[in-house]
Amino acid sequence: MDKQDMLKQERDAAWRKELRAKIKNKERTGFERVKMPEADPIERSHSYVEVNSGLSAGEAVLEAQRCLDCANPTCIQGCPVEINIPKFIKNIEREEFLEAAKVLKETSALPAVCGRVCPQEKQCEATCFYTQKLNKPAIAIGYLERFAADYERESGNISVPEVAESKNIKVACIGSGPAGLSFSGDMAKLGYDVTVFEALHQIGGVLKYGIPEFRLPNEVVDVEIENLKKMGVKFETNFIVGKTATVEDLKEEGFEAFFVGSGAGLPRFMGIPGENLVGILSSNEYLTRVNLMEANKNETDTPILKGKRVAVIGGGNTAMDSVRTALRLGAEKAMIIYRRSEEEMPARVEEIKHAKEEGVEFMNLQNPIEYIGDSKGYVRQARIQRMELGEPDSSGRRRPVPVVGSEYLLDVDTVVVSVGVSPNPLIPQSLPDLKTTDWSTLVVDDESLQTSVPFMFAGGDIVRGGATVILAMGDGRKAAKAMDAKFSGTFKSETVTDSN
Amino acid sequence: MNKVVSKEFFSENVVRLEIEAPRIAKARRAGHFVILRVDEKGERIPLTISGSNVAKGTITLVIQRVGVTSRKLAELEPGDMITDLVGPLGQATDVKKAGTILACGGGVGVAPLLPIVEANKKAGNRVISIIAARSKDLIILEDQIREFSDEVIVMTDDGSYGEKGLITEGMERVIKREKVDEAVIIGPAIMMKFAAEVTRKYEIPSIASLNTIMVDGTGMCGACRVTVDGKTKFVCVDGPEFDAHKVDFDEMLMRLSGYKDFEKDANDRYLNQHK
Ligand SMILES: Cc1cc2nc3c(=O)[nH]c(=O)nc-3n(C[C@H](O)[C@H](O)[C@H](O)COP(=O)(O)OP(=O)(O)OC[C@H]3O[C@@H](n4cnc5c(N)ncnc54)[C@H](O)[C@@H]3O)c2cc1C
Ligand SMILES: Cc1cc2nc3c(=O)[nH]c(=O)nc-3n(C[C@H](O)[C@H](O)[C@H](O)COP(=O)(O)OP(=O)(O)OC[C@H]3O[C@@H](n4cnc5c(N)ncnc54)[C@H](O)[C@@H]3O)c2cc1C
Ligand code: SF4
Ligand code: FES
Repeated sequence: MDKQDMLKQERDAAWRKELRAKIKNKERTGFERVKMPEADPIERSHSYVEVNSGLSAGEAVLEAQRCLDCANPTCIQGCPVEINIPKFIKNIEREEFLEAAKVLKETSALPAVCGRVCPQEKQCEATCFYTQKLNKPAIAIGYLERFAADYERESGNISVPEVAESKNIKVACIGSGPAGLSFSGDMAKLGYDVTVFEALHQIGGVLKYGIPEFRLPNEVVDVEIENLKKMGVKFETNFIVGKTATVEDLKEEGFEAFFVGSGAGLPRFMGIPGENLVGILSSNEYLTRVNLMEANKNETDTPILKGKRVAVIGGGNTAMDSVRTALRLGAEKAMIIYRRSEEEMPARVEEIKHAKEEGVEFMNLQNPIEYIGDSKGYVRQARIQRMELGEPDSSGRRRPVPVVGSEYLLDVDTVVVSVGVSPNPLIPQSLPDLKTTDWSTLVVDDESLQTSVPFMFAGGDIVRGGATVILAMGDGRKAAKAMDAKFSGTFKSETVTDSN
Repeated sequence: MNKVVSKEFFSENVVRLEIEAPRIAKARRAGHFVILRVDEKGERIPLTISGSNVAKGTITLVIQRVGVTSRKLAELEPGDMITDLVGPLGQATDVKKAGTILACGGGVGVAPLLPIVEANKKAGNRVISIIAARSKDLIILEDQIREFSDEVIVMTDDGSYGEKGLITEGMERVIKREKVDEAVIIGPAIMMKFAAEVTRKYEIPSIASLNTIMVDGTGMCGACRVTVDGKTKFVCVDGPEFDAHKVDFDEMLMRLSGYKDFEKDANDRYLNQHK
């Protein structure tokens, strides 16, 4: 049965029909979209409490009632991993919250995370019937996803998936970000003996060292990691594959296949004069000091610059996380300097909204071209150039062009550079046979995600460049499926080199 | 968690720790370093692997007490655990037969110099080592350096041991006396800066091993960046060794002082708690 028939059959279940009959569509479309309860902007900008506090059960049910359980659920097409959205939402409507969580887990390994960090407004909510046909605010699919996943976690009834009989096959997962975690979960379920190797001292990749507590509490991620441990997944922290041991060493130790989920952790700088002055740092350094090293707490040893006038360069999620972290560290003036306009900002709209509420100043269509320091080498000023939008570039966004004669000096004492990341080169450096692109991402087969090295698969940011949690998660699952097929002898796609 | 196996004070402020780390002991080469976090509240700091014992599965670190973390390390006793230890990091030293090597170590820089001296000697080079420090009690690893050097010159700023004078004076003397094919310079940034000026004058190819501030040590943060030949490099993954004549030492010196006030606060806090 193909996917469409399957969806149709499920939609025809008696309980779904009953729910649809209970409230008229006209009535459903008349309800207002739920508002996410949030911590007070002034208070939260001085603390690390989670900004969104989550829907109550009552709010979730009301929001679920807005969903029309469409015959052609276009929302699913917007989801990179095609979660059965109406099915989970209708389970919320009938108050079968644990069942809703189960539906999510059929497709997503990390629903509590994705419900919080996915750019829903560009994905499922952009293709929801409400957005496309009714010109009304979409169903709050992200909020509902988070609700169901949180409900399950908080109920204590979190289900540890059943693990198949051991196959006695050792596989290695390199990196513990969302790609690695979801790969490991699926492989453990299938009975493989999985070990995750992580370079840092904490498990979780960007979910831990990058995305701040006020957006994604560590606890949410830790529960997932605990679950994986219960399923028999082993974790080795402080272990850099390619340095601590090579892939060859691990093969000798009995590892038969590898998944590379090593992320795109390398910060880019702009290469403008003065960028190495004291007080100018990458968003990775800034966020790592706070999120991984807890430098914001007095009792820890790691220092952090608590600037009063902080400029963050960039317009992505990383920039928003940095500028809001600056506020929490006591900045009096926290600024976003972005070379395009707000419309082109890659950050989630909710993060932009939250940043504004918290008092972040947005200086759009502006770009630094030089930094000026004092005699001790501390940054004191940024030379800023104004920009205007010209013709669209290869990304389809209008290219920013400098406005002649528009330069001015801006006083700053801390600058956080957040203009993108590159793939981590540690693995490719240690494996000459591994094919990479001109952008240093790994070359993989589109279907199987196998690299140019047989029995080595890869996914997430190391393949895509800086992308998203949901795509990394989806890749991990896809690679697990392909790797299992390879071991079971049902593998179809060729390796990248085989075809040469 | 990695266990401290043995400990020895070279002087009041310089301690050698032998630590269980079998994989690192096996994988490491001269020039590699580790990053460690001494306890749950600790920061991550880089330290050169000064030696290893593959059979025992241990590595040795030589640590100079300068701030909180190095103090905490100096207080560990055999049997104690270090919370996190990762490595080996950085690019290994490119050791080849080059002729006569002038190995210059200042202060605790002698610790990272030792494995390079050893590797150069084993590669068949003539090795002349100059080890220098402010005063006698800061001269470390003299016997170990002697074991792998054809000649050792010891110098102190105050003349309390060996010859009185700066390391640059000793270097010039050797260079004027005989043909030096390559120099290796490791020590405080300011010493490396002036030592590199000497070898530049005599056009001797030189490498310096840079000790910038680091966080992750895997290329992820950029805290360790320096300018080499006009380009920004990350010391943890591109280094720690670079062409000494191309490093912008002034910028490096400036960047090293970036967290001085915080380091002082953390150190004072620690000393207050442990009075
Ligand atoms: C600050 C910030 C905010 C973001 N916000 C969002 C958001 O709101 N929504 C969203 O969808 N996406 C967001 N992203 C992007 C998203 O986090 C990434 O796309 C995603 O984490 C990629 O997952 P991954 O598993 O591929 O890699 P990562 O999460 O980067 O994990 C890779 C892991 O591999 C480890 N590693 C690397 N090399 C080795 C090695 N040789 N041996 C062992 N371990 C190794 C690394 O230490 C790291 O822990 C954000 C990113 C950042 C930095
Ligand atoms: C690749 C590399 C290898 C190193 N190898 C060794 C080694 O083998 N043995 C050793 O003792 N040290 C070594 N260092 C230096 C060591 O990392 C620092 O001394 C240590 O981080 C200080 O931490 P702390 O908390 O004790 O002091 P902090 O409180 O951080 O600093 C105290 C004082 O030391 C100065 N300082 C801080 N960091 C450095 C640094 N990186 N270099 C010089 N001065 C610094 C500060 O300016 C301050 O005045 C190495 C550094 C690098 C980058
Ligand atoms: S498109 Fe919107 S209304 Fe239709 S099923 Fe999906 S979420 Fe519900
Ligand atoms: S220490 Fe973070 S990039 Fe070098």
